[in-house]
Amino acid sequence: MSDKILMKGNEAIAEAAIRAGCTHFFGYPITPQNELPAYMAEKLPEQGGVFLQAESEVAAINMVYGASAAGARVMTSSSSPGISLKAEGISYIAGAELPCVIVNMVRAGPGLGGIGPSQSDYFQATKGMAHGDFRLAVLAPDSVQEAVDLTRQAFDIADKYRNPVMILGDGVIGQMMEPVEFKEIDSPELPEKDWIVDGAEGRERNIIHSLRLKTEDLTEHNWKLARKYEQMQEDEVRYEEKLMDDAEVAIVAYGTTARVVKTAIKEARAEGIKVGLIRPISLFPFPKKVIKKAAQQVDCFLTVEMSTGQMVEDVRLAVNGERSVAFYGSPGGAVPSPAEILVKLKEVME
Amino acid sequence: MLVELIIAGFGGQGVMLMGQLLTYAGMKAGREVSWIPSYGPEMRGGTANCTVVLADEEIASPLPTEPNVIVVMNRPSLDKFAEKVKTGGKLFVNSSLVDKEVQRQDIEVIEVPANELALDLGIEKVANMVMLGAVVAKLGVVDLETVIDSLSEVLPAHRHNLLELNKKALQQGRELII
Repeated sequence: MSDKILMKGNEAIAEAAIRAGCTHFFGYPITPQNELPAYMAEKLPEQGGVFLQAESEVAAINMVYGASAAGARVMTSSSSPGISLKAEGISYIAGAELPCVIVNMVRAGPGLGGIGPSQSDYFQATKGMAHGDFRLAVLAPDSVQEAVDLTRQAFDIADKYRNPVMILGDGVIGQMMEPVEFKEIDSPELPEKDWIVDGAEGRERNIIHSLRLKTEDLTEHNWKLARKYEQMQEDEVRYEEKLMDDAEVAIVAYGTTARVVKTAIKEARAEGIKVGLIRPISLFPFPKKVIKKAAQQVDCFLTVEMSTGQMVEDVRLAVNGERSVAFYGSPGGAVPSPAEILVKLKEVME
Repeated sequence: MLVELIIAGFGGQGVMLMGQLLTYAGMKAGREVSWIPSYGPEMRGGTANCTVVLADEEIASPLPTEPNVIVVMNRPSLDKFAEKVKTGGKLFVNSSLVDKEVQRQDIEVIEVPANELALDLGIEKVANMVMLGAVVAKLGVVDLETVIDSLSEVLPAHRHNLLELNKKALQQGRELII
């Protein structure tokens, strides 16, 4: 216990990033993630790094592009409307095959929306971030400790695949204080960054760009990116299963919602209802195999999200019609209560 | 043991700090803990609250819907939260600033004249610590000594000249209960 410290999610992610070797941070303020850049502003310069509050989100993400191209471990953070502004830059970064970590502490939308916790950016994060045929790896913590652990992994995944990685949280994950431990972890072996633009002294120059006007070049490039995403499906799937051994119903939920679902499951189990949890931690790559397998065991699924229904589509694709998949949504910044979930669960089981 | 607690008051009364100190002390005592602030567009003079969970087991939802302890530091907080205390739970009321009787019979109401007791120490600003001292003494899930030990770790260094004053305020609150 003595090694643990009490930290807000936003600050803990920033500290984890610095410990993972992040040297550059570019951002623009927005609630509910402001503690993250504030922490970076205080700590990064002390470590010899660079913190810069840009003039806009568009500027910030393009600074990320530049720093990554020069070989730095680099991060930016924002919340939903700010991420939309960064989307164009993220597409360029993915197209140019540059690693970076992007934190989205989601707030309810659409438009300027509200600042309440929400999961309404699932589609954006996992499928439709911006133009072009690309994906982000998307990691969704449900505690401050997991946010710390995933931040470290996010930088490694980004470098391994030369692809942007998103940490997807919400105001609860960002604002909550929980005890955290920063474990010393050895980095996995990562490919050498022999592609960076750092002056080309004594070697051929490297060129980083996303413009490919020759159709055959771009076709080949698109298939190369697709192979990376397939590789992620093989190697980067993360999930938690809880009380699934004898479950007759599986609830699928991620992030903050999964925490509430855990309370609901505890109450349901006390009433003798055999229900378990499948919690996707990587939203892309989605843990479709574990859900497909569970479809052989449970009678039905219930997906709970703080949206009007986004991840449920991936659950239905994985289940592929073999079982019914019900949905309970709590959009607009409202966190569902365990009691609401329990009512829906009983309705689904009838 | 599961304490699900909300602390509410005016912005500037130090309700966030009360929650953080209790959470930190809970962590030091080996409990599972979580703390969440209301993070709306709050400002000094507006209302603010935070939610603390102290438990023996891993905390599932850090957002209890039926808290068993609520601490209200002012009247608007009483109006907002008095009905939310779980049956059999405890409601701590800062009676220095709240003149309204609580009608509920199914909960225990503990009145703490926090501002007056703080004034006895010479400064009203530590009313939050007086209240916290009373809450900790009454709940008995964390030792007051652990809370006092946590002060120097939770308060920023430039406030360490106030450690002794805060300690006295915490003890003042405990005196009221025992």
